[in-house]
Amino acid sequence: MVETSDIRVVRCGGSKVNLTPPIISSDSRFVLCTSGDLVKVYSTRTEEWLHSLQGHTNQVTGITLNPANHLQVYSCSVDGTVKLWDFIDGILIKVHSGLCVSACPECFQLVSVHLPKSAEQEVEAKEMSAVSSHISKNPSCTAFGRGGEYIAFARHLQLNVYFFRKQKTYSFSLKATDKKGAKNAFTCIACHPTDDCIATGHEDGKIRLWRNFIHKKEYTYSTQHWHHNAVNTLCFTPEGTHLLSGGIESVLVQWQYGAGNRKEFLPRLGGSILHISASSDGQLFCTSHSDNKITVIESSFKVCGVIQGLVKDAVLTDLMIDPRSKALVLNGKPGHLQFYSLLRDKHLYNLDIVQQEYIYEAGLDQFEVVKAAFDIKGSWLATVEERGKKSSDLEFFLKLWAFDERTQSFVLNTTITAAHTDRIISMCFSSSEETTMLVTAAEDSQFKAWCQGADADTQQDQNFWSCDFVGSYHKLNPTNCSFSADSSLLAVSFQEVITIWSPDTWEMLTTLCQPPGVIRDLCFGRLSCSKYLLGTTTKNLLCCWNLLTCELEWSTSVDVSKLQPDPFSENVAAFSYQSKHTDLFVFKPSEPRPLFTNKNVCSEKVHRAVFVPREEPLNSCDESTQWLNRSQLYFLTQNMDLLTFSTATEEDRMLSSSKQLVIDDSVAVTPFYLLLGKHRQQQQKLNTQSHPHNMALPLLLRVPGGGLLHTPAHVLPAASVLCSMFVNSFLISNTGVQQDPLRYFVHIWLT
Amino acid sequence: MASFKPTKVQFLPKLGEKVTEDTLYWKNYKSPVQIKEFGAVTKIDFSPLAPHNYAVTASTRIHVYGLHSQEPIRSFTRFRDTAYGGSFRGDGKLLVAGSEEGLIRLFDISGRVALRQFTGHSKAVHVTSFLSDGFRVVSGSDDLTFRVWDVPSAVELSSITEHTDYIRALAPSKLNPDLFVTGSYDHTVKVFDMRSGSSVMTMQHGHPVECVLLYPSEALLVSTGGRYVKIWDLLKGGQELVSLKNHHKTVTCACLSSVGNKLLTGSLDRHVKVYNSSYKVVHNFDCDASILSMAVAPDDEVVAVGMTNGVLSVRHRKHKKDKETLTSRRRRGPSYRVFVKGKNFVPRQDDFLVSKPVKQYLRKYDKQLKSFEVSKALDTALQTWTRTSKPEVTVAVIIELNRRGTLKNALAGRNEESLTKILNFLLKHIFDPRFSRPLLTVGDIVLDLYRQVLHQSPVVERQLQRLMEVLGREAELQQELLQVLGILDTLFASLTPRKEVAALAALPVDQGPQLQAA
Repeated sequence: MVETSDIRVVRCGGSKVNLTPPIISSDSRFVLCTSGDLVKVYSTRTEEWLHSLQGHTNQVTGITLNPANHLQVYSCSVDGTVKLWDFIDGILIKVHSGLCVSACPECFQLVSVHLPKSAEQEVEAKEMSAVSSHISKNPSCTAFGRGGEYIAFARHLQLNVYFFRKQKTYSFSLKATDKKGAKNAFTCIACHPTDDCIATGHEDGKIRLWRNFIHKKEYTYSTQHWHHNAVNTLCFTPEGTHLLSGGIESVLVQWQYGAGNRKEFLPRLGGSILHISASSDGQLFCTSHSDNKITVIESSFKVCGVIQGLVKDAVLTDLMIDPRSKALVLNGKPGHLQFYSLLRDKHLYNLDIVQQEYIYEAGLDQFEVVKAAFDIKGSWLATVEERGKKSSDLEFFLKLWAFDERTQSFVLNTTITAAHTDRIISMCFSSSEETTMLVTAAEDSQFKAWCQGADADTQQDQNFWSCDFVGSYHKLNPTNCSFSADSSLLAVSFQEVITIWSPDTWEMLTTLCQPPGVIRDLCFGRLSCSKYLLGTTTKNLLCCWNLLTCELEWSTSVDVSKLQPDPFSENVAAFSYQSKHTDLFVFKPSEPRPLFTNKNVCSEKVHRAVFVPREEPLNSCDESTQWLNRSQLYFLTQNMDLLTFSTATEEDRMLSSSKQLVIDDSVAVTPFYLLLGKHRQQQQKLNTQSHPHNMALPLLLRVPGGGLLHTPAHVLPAASVLCSMFVNSFLISNTGVQQDPLRYFVHIWLT
Repeated sequence: MASFKPTKVQFLPKLGEKVTEDTLYWKNYKSPVQIKEFGAVTKIDFSPLAPHNYAVTASTRIHVYGLHSQEPIRSFTRFRDTAYGGSFRGDGKLLVAGSEEGLIRLFDISGRVALRQFTGHSKAVHVTSFLSDGFRVVSGSDDLTFRVWDVPSAVELSSITEHTDYIRALAPSKLNPDLFVTGSYDHTVKVFDMRSGSSVMTMQHGHPVECVLLYPSEALLVSTGGRYVKIWDLLKGGQELVSLKNHHKTVTCACLSSVGNKLLTGSLDRHVKVYNSSYKVVHNFDCDASILSMAVAPDDEVVAVGMTNGVLSVRHRKHKKDKETLTSRRRRGPSYRVFVKGKNFVPRQDDFLVSKPVKQYLRKYDKQLKSFEVSKALDTALQTWTRTSKPEVTVAVIIELNRRGTLKNALAGRNEESLTKILNFLLKHIFDPRFSRPLLTVGDIVLDLYRQVLHQSPVVERQLQRLMEVLGREAELQQELLQVLGILDTLFASLTPRKEVAALAALPVDQGPQLQAA
């Protein structure tokens, strides 16, 4: 057992972007949202991920723009710090630490923290005063009132308003229910920016507008009702002319303030709406959805951008790799398959599998994609969608999709309505290059082979798939099926028995059985180990058969929850779950000794894992890290965390590349920009602090005289600006300061 | 914002017949014209000359019909007993026919009286034909002989007795005036060469031969008899090429279409089957009675079928001309030009293009589903036209409502009239394997909802009674089918050879050479 320290488990991309309300920068150019330990900055126009603010060591729980400086953003995190950032350049300005994190997870307190003004970067915030000791754990149940005069917060059936000046709390409570069966518990709060009005959302979909709450007794409220389920979020536009609300129906509703029931709708936005935020000029709205998505909406109620994260709330399919795009494929938003690029941490596209209108209603049994498989070239995709887990009548469809070169996406080729009489358990494509064949194994104790073939009767060139062979073994339920690397053998496990078939003649060649336990996982060895067949059973056994002798080569007692072969090498990864933690073993089927062992990878069971090919292979010679040279192992825990293994060499490479990527100018580098943009930067610099030595340095270094002379006159700035620069550019520089450090200086002065 | 996704209507493939060019070609016939004859129609023969009149032998007469006439343009009635096998000469001017009394008569097509009478057969002559030189007539008779007659002199040239039973089939070669093929009830088909005066080839059909037929190339021979149609390759010395068994009664006649030489066979089971070039049935004509004779006009203009009940059924080919006259009578809608107006405009390179979003057109039930009006959507789907001609649309809406969990709401609160509509739909389609699952759910919900008030309406009650009856019948049928399946399974299981034993026996053999090598 090699104890390794240079391979560690890291959380990789695809964190939630919908945890907190996204915020739009005051110039409407950027959208900021929290994503795990990071704050990500996206462009509103192009939906591109520009950069991220990196520094927190735990989940970021909230972000807000600095009211004093609209180019800065505060972020708070579970690690107990509040940080101030310059979000355009991604620089950490200030850290307020020392916020205590109480250990009690049940009770949430509202405290006001005084952030002391200080020039230092690390500041400890000490002054804290509790406002209320019992608040709802939902952050949208707390809102600041007009000009920060008061704060409103609700919990269950009670609405509290705390006036900072008076240091007093008024509370108003509602009855739990009435004759009509209303559910009055508060779900969210928003305060009007200019008027003394608080809007509250309720569990039964009502919205109440509270007025006159300055007086404890004479308060009034009006009720409006459109949502049929709980109102998740409320938001006033900055001018206070409209109120936006959203709930599970995924319809954004815009209520006109003070005009009763006049409203506008924007339906079918995606998952249920969790948060709404508006830009400070009121031109853009942002909604974040339960399917890990942020939608950017213009004030004219037109969707202008969608920022999609990795959806992994309920992963039903295996993790797969699209052989063409090398993207991670799994089921995403309801009825879709998502293609996610792990290298760029970017959502590529959704493929609509179910092609039905999704009804946003709680407790409705919907079609879900439960199985998917790619063939080896990526030209065919097979999917199984299923409905009726709760009720007795199960409905499912097997669909086959062909890759269309012209549109570069998958097109539905065949829908098979009654592929089997019961649920499909396992599905795999043959791995040969010439003929594609799909094998499905189902609970009706049959496995079927499907082929794409011409029908002899009609003599037409048909591309549709039809059943080629139906196999069964003693009426036992199959549990798994797998093709060998060259597709010359098909292994189908029936409970405790593994049967080996020849796909050419559909003859059963042999059976392998190892009494204890039902076969849970099955895979063939690759490359030099292709004569081995690996299987795991429910009785904690990992077995390896030699297919040449049809004998058990070796077996060991491990409770393997997931067996994953690497398609690019002989290695096989096995995740085992023992005494409340998961261990990883990487081994070659030919040798029973593991290549690599990692104890305590995570504390939950691992059921899904995938090897992702690297863009450029590492050339590590260390025995324990060699298995990560050509591909990377990603796995999904039961808490739906996507984790991976990273090596020391890889991290070094990442670090070096991030240093090169400091240049973050989003404006194209044209001669005009080189002249005028730098000029402006200098002006700013002059305003903040005079520094005569470095003043003309960037220009001297970056603007050659040639660039100026070759540019047409009508795009050049005024001659007064140009003259001194032009002359200066002929001077010989005598300063020895490097170019790169200068940039850092500039930023520090600016702060 | 994603747009509304309309309800998906499943179109399941139709099982059974697949539409091919052949089926389309053979479907393109008008409904048959029925002409009543005096007795069973035993022979139909088309004249090879241009107007393509055809001679129909039935009872004691031979009628000659024009292609489009329903009345005979000429009839030969001078037979004392039943006439048989009236066939034309190659130039269409002479007609020869045998008869029950053994006399063979030769007619001029324009005259009435027989030009020649050949006497010599002692029993009924069922088949007569001209040889391809036109000067000789060959006849086959129940007295086991066939004779060749000289037309100018009316004398018998030869008489050969080789068959051992009645001769009922005859086909002269068109390429060689000395060759002809005969088929007999003694189960054989023989090829005769007049130059040698004896049979040169004998094929065993295995059943009494009713009809023989030569392909135009004369390399292939078709013989029918019993339920079998057999194709023989004459160039390979009479080797059987295929044996077809598509009829379930005796195949009495066969003929070839002139376009593509497709084989047609008629049988006592009242079907005419059309085969394609690989001898698969591509089309089927149904008739009212057992078929005795059949002929196809040149260019497949007419298919004439004669039956035992004396009815001659004539099918004419449809032509495009007929269709055009039909459509011109109808009021013409707006022309194609109106619909594509402005749509095929291609913008020039420097044009500024303002694109209009494509409007999504939804069906009425989709619009109602979009606005969650579930009862109305079900009503729309249950409209008479949709319900009767596109039941899959109705079922698709029902499935969609079930998926949305609102099927119960949509079915609730209906009056007698609309409930009857639903129940009628159930009665009609509940056994359709495509629809039965969703419709059974509907039935359950209807019973749950209206259990209390059912007795108030006798109409609904009667329908439910009927529904119960048909469901019971269906259940019985299913059970019987399962029983049959079980029987078949045991049969198959007993038939499959035991491989394990064979494999075990083979093992030591495999080890043998290895040991030797060691």
